[in-house]
Amino acid sequence: MKFLRFGVVVFPGSNCDHDCFYVLSNVLKQDVKYIWHKEIEVRDVDCIVLPGGFSYGDYLRTGAIARFSPIMQGIINFANKGGLVIGICNGFQILLEAGLLPGAMLCNKNVHFICKHVYVKLLNKNTPFTNLYKKDEVLKIPIAHNEGNYYIDEKGLETLKENNQIVFQYCDNPNGAVDNIAGIVNKEGNVLGMMPHPERCSEKELDSQDGLFIFKSIIGGI
Amino acid sequence: MITPEMYRALGLSDKEYQNILNLLEREPTVTELAMFAAEWSEHCGYVSSRNLLKILPKTGKFETLIGEDSGGIIVDDLAIIFKMESHNHPSQVEPKQGAATGVGGIIRDIFTAGARPIASLNSLRFGPLSEPYNKYLLHGVVDGIQFYGNCLGVPTIGGEIYFDESYNGNCLVNAMSIGIAKKDKLARACAFGEGNSIMYVGASTGRDGIGGCSVLASHEFSEGDAKRPTVQIGDPFMEKCLIEATLEILSTGYVLGIKDMGAAGLTCAVSEMASDGESGIDMELCNIPLREKNMEPWEIMVSESQERMLVCVKAGKEKTINDIFSKWDLNAVTIGKVTKDKIVRIRDRDNGKILVEVKADILTKAPIYNMPYKEPEYIEKINNFEINDVPEQKDYNIVLLSLLKSPSIASKEWVYEQYDHMVQLNTIVLPGSDAAVIRLKGTNKAIAATTDCNSRYCYLNPYRGAQIAVAEAARNLVCSGAEPASITDCLNFGNPKKPDRYWQFKNCVQGITDACKFFNVSVASGNVSFYNENPKGAIYPTPTIGMIGIIEDINKVCTQYFKNEGDMIILLGVSMEEFGGSEYLKLVHGLVKGNAPELDLKMERAVQLTTLEAIRNGLVNSAHDLSEGGLAVGLAECCISNKERMIGAVINNLNFDIRTDALLFGESQSRIILSCKEKSLNQIKEIAKKHKTSLQIIGSTGGNRFIISDNSNKLIDVSLEKLQDIWSNALRRDIDSGN
Repeated sequence: MKFLRFGVVVFPGSNCDHDCFYVLSNVLKQDVKYIWHKEIEVRDVDCIVLPGGFSYGDYLRTGAIARFSPIMQGIINFANKGGLVIGICNGFQILLEAGLLPGAMLCNKNVHFICKHVYVKLLNKNTPFTNLYKKDEVLKIPIAHNEGNYYIDEKGLETLKENNQIVFQYCDNPNGAVDNIAGIVNKEGNVLGMMPHPERCSEKELDSQDGLFIFKSIIGGI
Repeated sequence: MITPEMYRALGLSDKEYQNILNLLEREPTVTELAMFAAEWSEHCGYVSSRNLLKILPKTGKFETLIGEDSGGIIVDDLAIIFKMESHNHPSQVEPKQGAATGVGGIIRDIFTAGARPIASLNSLRFGPLSEPYNKYLLHGVVDGIQFYGNCLGVPTIGGEIYFDESYNGNCLVNAMSIGIAKKDKLARACAFGEGNSIMYVGASTGRDGIGGCSVLASHEFSEGDAKRPTVQIGDPFMEKCLIEATLEILSTGYVLGIKDMGAAGLTCAVSEMASDGESGIDMELCNIPLREKNMEPWEIMVSESQERMLVCVKAGKEKTINDIFSKWDLNAVTIGKVTKDKIVRIRDRDNGKILVEVKADILTKAPIYNMPYKEPEYIEKINNFEINDVPEQKDYNIVLLSLLKSPSIASKEWVYEQYDHMVQLNTIVLPGSDAAVIRLKGTNKAIAATTDCNSRYCYLNPYRGAQIAVAEAARNLVCSGAEPASITDCLNFGNPKKPDRYWQFKNCVQGITDACKFFNVSVASGNVSFYNENPKGAIYPTPTIGMIGIIEDINKVCTQYFKNEGDMIILLGVSMEEFGGSEYLKLVHGLVKGNAPELDLKMERAVQLTTLEAIRNGLVNSAHDLSEGGLAVGLAECCISNKERMIGAVINNLNFDIRTDALLFGESQSRIILSCKEKSLNQIKEIAKKHKTSLQIIGSTGGNRFIISDNSNKLIDVSLEKLQDIWSNALRRDIDSGN
């Protein structure tokens, strides 16, 4: 297996940073470092992970304050140059707020936090994050969020579909997301945002291992 | 000039005030008086309980650590720190913030010991959901726990919820947290070394929570909004940053002691750190970050604003501590120095005038009271019950379904799906089995944890009920493959000044003590909550047991639901003709009567040893403890609690030598349901024989119905879909009804 350099960004309130770090370093034996949100530049990494959690306590609106962290400009520059960026849960919300991905997050339809395993269907295997999955594969993967109800207007949805930007769709929509969307990429395909947590299903001791191939696809693809 | 109105308003009695005058040999200042009132309150000082708590065993089969604010056990090179604490009255007044700050407070007790919090559990009790206010409480409490715990990134992995009229007007919210640290990296909660610095870190101080411990927690209260200002407001984001910053400063080696400002805030932290370190502290109020203007010194000293800590730092290393806290955008200010005169001395912020000058020991050595006790009158009346006082039922299907629908028995999925129970990647048995299991990364071991107490049993027979709480907690852990290791107890009772309440307390403490000694498990930490009363009387005595156990081999973890078609179903233990205190008697016959179920500790141990050995030898596919609802409910849960793969059962070999309703729904203790491959049967029988455990093969798994028959007569025959629908959705339906 190849060795990639991953950077896991730590905002105050991130709480899946250790989990992402653990899976990448202990399970996949990659070279991983934390990137503190007050840093300005992204240096010496092949892929950036924006982990889940409650950056800035989710105050104001999820991801709304984190997007102003100094590191965000560095991440935008990194993405614009084609660097791989994956945002998981709160990381996805931050990517939306930062404009790296289109759309917005609303509160879950049932107005509760939901933590459980769900099934998602893979729609696009031609991305650097999903190329090792089988076509149309269904993944068992946990969600854990209060604002995972993805919203985009009709025109935006058309664009997502035209460009094959919808990567994951819920089989049984838990939160009210438009078109059952669980994860999308940008038009260029190098920035992925997803609400489910692949790092929570990447080991045999846990309930599912279906998330592992996201990280393995990244590692295999570069 | 201190007037009787002043000290009484702060919760001090005339006698206690006289005692303070004698100790000081002068009149206290207003600030001193507020500090005494807080430290000598029931909540902080354990004045009515300390005498009895002494008997709880501090040692057991696992090496046990008793710290200032929490306790734990040693497993190899790890310290597993855990504690449970109540936040009942705040939650009754303001459920969301009350529960949230309950979670925040207990988690601070864990990380101030130097341990990273890795899991939370809770035990919640409410009045029936038919009362709108109880629904509001349930919503608010669950919301508070998820709001705080989810943000922190500490998984809420398990717990229990009961509904009973006895909790009308006084709900219970008991929060437990578990953390781990390298055993040589634990932190103490004391101040020592003359000249070392005392630093205040974390959130700023406001007027929230003033009087929380002395007024709200240490007296009976009548419902109303007037006490809402005494409830603290939680900021989980602040606490998350505080966890990271605290663990970071502890790793520098410059921190000599650290303590959470919990109940009684700065007062408790300063006086107890000084007293536990056999030192004095000389501090000024001038640097303390305040969030409100014109706060009086006494308000600053007793404020219970959340997310604050007091740290004793090696002289000269303050900047290192400061830098770490400013990295996390948190306050860290030096407010004083350690002295060797053992006096707590506090100076005014404006003019340096001395406001407080008291020996630390005097503040922290709250008086101990020997409380009078007397057996309550209800006991004799209520224990007078014969099984033939109630008629047999005709339709057992209906009884089973109504039990599964009872919110105390029904699935708690609606609740635990709102808690992040997977963060940190350790939860290898998700909520919904007998015990939650979290692995210890980097080892081959895991921790199982549970909270337990059937308070109805404790009401009928406090001594035996408390023993059952310990026994059942242990049984739950054993069913997951864990060896019971140690407990934390959260003792919720009524007004200790009433002799019948105190009798309940005394007997429950004795019951816990005897059961723990029998099983050789220590009581590592605990908490007492008195004054849980409503206008109709006290709550049921509720000594909640939080127990942790150790699983030696992560590959030998067991869960409660059936795994395969065609497995054999085994009942370990003996079903007796009894249903005193059962959910069946309450729900179907409307009675809370009789005695708590019999408990033979030797038989209990035999059943547990058999189960544990069979699981460790890889012979068992599922193990489930029988508790509320008895055999029929327990078996139904084995069939349906894995929603993705339900497996039916045919039970056709029961002994009908006792009344059928007692057999199906009685709550005899020390019983476990196992399932296994047919080829493992002989080995399991051998193990049971060795431990002298009663074992009976009662049926087999398979199909899509749950059937119990007596010869050809089907007593219970229900489809799994129906069982599952009722059991999974009952709580949600109760909550939604009437809205």
